[in-house]
Amino acid sequence: MADTGSYEGMLAEVTKIPGHGGDWISVYFVRPLGPGPFPGVVWLHHMPGWDEWTKEACRKLAYHGFMVAAPDLYCRAGTGAPEDVAAKVRAEGGVPDAQVVADAAACRDFLRALPQSNGKVGVTGTCSGGRHAYLAACLEPFDACVDLWGGGVVMRPEDLTEKRPVAPIDYTERLSCPLLGLFGEEDRAPTPEQVRQHEEALKQHGKQYEFHMYAGAGHGFFYHDRPAAYRAEQAVDGWKKVIGFFHQHLG
Amino acid sequence: MCTNILIHTRLEGAGFGRKGWFPVTRANVTYDHPFHVDLEHAVTVDFVDEAGGLDARVGVELTVASARALAEALLAACAEAEAYESGGAARG
Repeated sequence: MADTGSYEGMLAEVTKIPGHGGDWISVYFVRPLGPGPFPGVVWLHHMPGWDEWTKEACRKLAYHGFMVAAPDLYCRAGTGAPEDVAAKVRAEGGVPDAQVVADAAACRDFLRALPQSNGKVGVTGTCSGGRHAYLAACLEPFDACVDLWGGGVVMRPEDLTEKRPVAPIDYTERLSCPLLGLFGEEDRAPTPEQVRQHEEALKQHGKQYEFHMYAGAGHGFFYHDRPAAYRAEQAVDGWKKVIGFFHQHLG
Repeated sequence: MCTNILIHTRLEGAGFGRKGWFPVTRANVTYDHPFHVDLEHAVTVDFVDEAGGLDARVGVELTVASARALAEALLAACAEAEAYESGGAARG
């Protein structure tokens, strides 16, 4: 909780760290000023790219006391307007899951190594980033995971590709941390039925999770810059849940 | 990427974008999350020059109905163009 009598400041910048395969990747890094200790969160951006909304979301978490690292998962495609970069990646069928997971792990290690770190790091993302966050939390050790309407956790065999060879749901046994999932009842990626299947897998493997299915919301209901998708009431509640969950498990 | 609906086609022509005219060598057609139009999914068409860099791109984002109308208009124009080129009567 912010205190009007307290000093407040924030650093937000782009830095470079070695990611998958030793590639230097761009990372939007935000941290509250001060000695900490602060928990960390890795934010994995959505399909439209490393864009303004993603960076705003990172700053929101920093306002609530988290150090955040958001890698540009598309940086290997080149640099330019986020839409142009994302269009190129989209035309190539996305980025490989293994590469994203390794980039996420590199960001986790970067955050943990900071002198202000409390040693705990969570992972989150929206849309494809929610799917990537779940994958990362299954394949790498994290302390908490928030999946925000990640489509493609449940996949049909015919949708598996060289870049996405395994459906994330099939890694559920390996989930390394508590999971929060927020979904919209009117979403088609994931559908409520796919969310139910995911929940079944979590129960089957005895994982700690908390899922919320919002009525009157579809895909992307946090996106205040997308009037057709944005649902103020659900977004306000959802942000409270995200921040509360990360404080509970990373604080 | 979220829908796995992605179709490419080779093209020969030119497009006019932020960097002026450039050769168009390919169209990338998807049904996926758009960048700008306020829809969850849209038919997106990127006319690109594969050798021209990331900004050699003209992108459009369309509703399914308008994408279908565009496709029909293109087919109708092509049919008339072919008739014209083969010596048939031109319209107008």
